Amino acid sequence: MNKVRNNHAWWLILPMLLLVAFSAIIPLMTVVNYSVQDVFDPYTRFFTGTEWFQVMLNDPALQAALLRQFAFSLTILAIEVPLGIGIALIMPKQGWQASAVLILVTLPLLIPWNVVGSIWQIFTRGDIGLMGWGLRELGYGYNITRSPADAWATIVLMDVWHWTPLIALLCYSGLRAIPEAYYQAARIDRASKWAVFRFIQLPKLTNVLVIGILLRFMHSFMIYAEPFVLTGGGPGSSTTFLSQSLTTMAIGQQDLGPSAAFSLIYFLIILLVSWVFYTAIMHRQKDPTTQGER
Amino acid sequence: MSLILEKIDHVVNGATHIDNVSLELAPGSFNVLLGRTLAGKTTLMRLMAGLERPTHGRILMNGHDVTGVPVRKRNVSMVYQQFINYPSLTVYENIASPLRLAGVEAREIDRRVRETAEMLHMEALLERYPQELSGGQQQRTAMGRALVKDAEVILFDEPLVNLDYKLREEFREELRELFKTRKAIAVYATTEPNEALALGGHTALLHEGKLLQYGRTEDVYHRPQNILSAEMFSEPPINVLPGMVSGSEVTFDRRVHFSLTDDLKRLAPGQYQFGVRASHITLGPQSPDDLGLPVSVDLAEISGSETFLHVHNDLFDLVVHLAGVHEFAVDQEITVYLPPHKMYAFDREGAVVHIPPHLEGA
Repeated sequence: MNKVRNNHAWWLILPMLLLVAFSAIIPLMTVVNYSVQDVFDPYTRFFTGTEWFQVMLNDPALQAALLRQFAFSLTILAIEVPLGIGIALIMPKQGWQASAVLILVTLPLLIPWNVVGSIWQIFTRGDIGLMGWGLRELGYGYNITRSPADAWATIVLMDVWHWTPLIALLCYSGLRAIPEAYYQAARIDRASKWAVFRFIQLPKLTNVLVIGILLRFMHSFMIYAEPFVLTGGGPGSSTTFLSQSLTTMAIGQQDLGPSAAFSLIYFLIILLVSWVFYTAIMHRQKDPTTQGER
Repeated sequence: MSLILEKIDHVVNGATHIDNVSLELAPGSFNVLLGRTLAGKTTLMRLMAGLERPTHGRILMNGHDVTGVPVRKRNVSMVYQQFINYPSLTVYENIASPLRLAGVEAREIDRRVRETAEMLHMEALLERYPQELSGGQQQRTAMGRALVKDAEVILFDEPLVNLDYKLREEFREELRELFKTRKAIAVYATTEPNEALALGGHTALLHEGKLLQYGRTEDVYHRPQNILSAEMFSEPPINVLPGMVSGSEVTFDRRVHFSLTDDLKRLAPGQYQFGVRASHITLGPQSPDDLGLPVSVDLAEISGSETFLHVHNDLFDLVVHLAGVHEFAVDQEITVYLPPHKMYAFDREGAVVHIPPHLEGA
């Protein structure tokens, strides 16, 4: 029997296509459009091909910002993931303490980015900030406007304070989903706490950790408001990350062509790294031979 | 190795979960804990394992008091309703895990893991991970972990509930075989009377935290001490008909009479509850004594190759268990036959006063 094919059904995806076109494709194409032209004014523009891309990729300032960006994202991941897991493990499991701790832990997540920057800006001031003043009183010449190391450490600390709760919450929910019977079985086996963590809790947390790490990577790779408010990218350019370089170029200098090219490169880097990361972890899960120790 | 529970109470937040249970499990015995959901089966097992501490009472293992001894210091193992294995370890490592934690020598571990795997027909799957296995294989792995370490007590908490019918039958047979040669005490919790009958061994009937009856499985089934035991240990539940004994007759609700046969004559006049198993009621008379009851059909429930026929008249609701598939129309008028010589009689309090003669003292 021949199947009657009704191609009218294709019309049904039209609304979705339109929506995606307006939300993603058209804005992206504007950027693509700018990236291949040199725009002088609304009436004068020249086609430049890949020139802007070449210029951007060879710009030492941007290369440095990219390196800084990777260093920053990897640093905060290396701190936030173990710390988040640790917090999730010691959070109370039931009763009013659980609710109270949950709210306390969630609190930093609810504060807007630029407010976080302002809070830390004041917190670290040498004259009135608790941390800035305190460290100076203790004899350490803490100054984020002069010492790149201080500025770096402060931004990392700020991000850890702001976003570790996300990892902790994800892990907490992951831990709650493990049936009690697993822990009982481990007790019957006389397994140590470490063994319970290594062979029950950690494997069961893989899924939420993948989500958490991906979110945190993308997020931190795009960080803008906090360092902008806290250090303004300084001292020098020591805390200037990619998004700030881009803003300076696009808004400050009105270099539309180069900044469009740079935006596309930025976007592709995030896409690529996220994809590599996701595939690697998913592959690892599908092929469990890499999971066990032996 | 024997396990003795002495007057165990377990109270959690003022609610009594286990109420004065005394039980003596013989070395090498296979024991079924039969009870409905929330009867206290799991709690009792947790107490036996040492995962919980009883509020009152003592637990003795080989004559030693182990009441307060935590599970880590006892030699028990447990299989759960969920399939519990270490997700990141292979089947081999899962089965080996209790031995590794106990510090057994590597060659010995290998020998015992392979022996256990062979027993459970898992040899070909040793390098797989739990998530790559079917439910039945995952449960076999969990059983392997329980069996490999020569525990003194092995607890099975409704291990077959999440498996399909065929697999359950297969597992049950294998379990019986496995335990024929073992010295460990096995305790197996289930909600299904038929599973208890299939497993044999001994059965403890548990109801609302109380131990109703304990003994050899056939004994508990054939000679219930009270009406609750009889109801719990039959599927479908035993039919109960209230009746009045006067002289040589039984009257059900002043209308249906039948003469007491030889062995029921011993009953003193008074009010009784007569129990007759669903499988003993027939569609045709099996003997001249049989009591014919005109009834109308509510529902014929066909389950596999059996039919559960729900019928009623204006006095009782009855369930008839028939072999084979029978179809009836709703409200169809039929006559069912109750065999007096297979009836139980219980007094008003529910204690058994008469057991069918062919079962008595069997």
